[in-house]
Amino acid sequence: MSTVAERPAWTVDPPYGDPGYRSTAKRAPHRPLVPMAPELAPTTGPVFGEGYADPEDADLTAGHAGEPIGQRINVSGRILGSDGRPLAGQLVEIWQCNAAGRYAHQGDQHPAPLDPNFTGAGRCLTDAEGRYRFRTIRPGAYPWRNHPNAWRPAHIHFSVFGRAFTERLVTQMYFPGDPLIPFDPVLRSIRDPKAQERLVSAFDWDSTEEEFALGFAFDVVVGGHLATPPDPA
Amino acid sequence: MSTTLPPTPSQTIGPFFRFGMEWLSGRAIPEAEPPGALTVTGRVLDGDGEPVPDALVEAWQGSVFARSLTDAEGRFRFVTVKPTPAAGGQAPHVEVSVFARGLLQRLWTRLYFPDEAAANEADPLLGAVGDPARAATLVAVPGEDGGVVFDVRLQGEGETVFFAW
Repeated sequence: MSTVAERPAWTVDPPYGDPGYRSTAKRAPHRPLVPMAPELAPTTGPVFGEGYADPEDADLTAGHAGEPIGQRINVSGRILGSDGRPLAGQLVEIWQCNAAGRYAHQGDQHPAPLDPNFTGAGRCLTDAEGRYRFRTIRPGAYPWRNHPNAWRPAHIHFSVFGRAFTERLVTQMYFPGDPLIPFDPVLRSIRDPKAQERLVSAFDWDSTEEEFALGFAFDVVVGGHLATPPDPA
Repeated sequence: MSTTLPPTPSQTIGPFFRFGMEWLSGRAIPEAEPPGALTVTGRVLDGDGEPVPDALVEAWQGSVFARSLTDAEGRFRFVTVKPTPAAGGQAPHVEVSVFARGLLQRLWTRLYFPDEAAANEADPLLGAVGDPARAATLVAVPGEDGGVVFDVRLQGEGETVFFAW
């Protein structure tokens, strides 16, 4: 029976336990994970069609009495398989804090203002080329209590399902040039610097709208756990 | 299949996902509840045995998807269907993902059914776990009204078996 150990080991994901990220201490498993044999793994996953995301769900600046405070941005990109195929009809869910760095969540009580015109959750379905597009405002950095004077770089949470249960991915998108990035234990939990860089979006003229919004591009690739690693440079 | 693109790494779901993920919680997917639906309840517990009140639990068994967000006691609840036996001599089971603050990637576990003792005995994945006491963490216990109870212990005594992929 083949096992994970016999397959190409190209681990881009962070380990469960990471001393730099304090919340892992009581939540990361201590026992070794049991390798899932490929022939026993599920080959299907949920499919979400129309009815799960309306066009207005992709505009996080809408749906309230007024406009949210902050820099308007368009965030767009493609959801792809590691084989390069675009994933059409994918449900993409995002959520984020507001421009002041405050989440619309009762657990976030740090002294930054809530914005009555911003909730910060959106979703959409990818088109035939695997493209998604959201309009939102640029999220702020926010403090957390992981270590003294800890601040998370600005980020947007992403959730995609892929083509099968094995491809389910929740991740975070960061912004280019953010000075907090080198100090973030969550991003640095990813050991491969090149893999870290793949979570940083790119400024994008194509989706930048004149006198209206800046554009950022961010592609998501799923299914790479079975990928063959590149030759070491 | 040759691969061309490096994968996007995982990051934690964080503590503040409720307002973004709750819309799909408790919703039957597909919409029509299929025959044989049963309720799964359980708790997500940390290494101290304390409830995890900020976990997201998702279930997939081949045709029915469910999402549940844990409450202050770490409890989740979803409706699923016991699937027919899967390929490769596998006993009926439900794939389960757990996301939470403090989990840099999801945890993947499986729920097997308590009334399938013979099939569970022959299941290749339960067998691959080795230690029967550990494999038992994957088998739910009977609950009320034909449902089952499936607790997920992230760490420590009685730690649930999780899978590497």
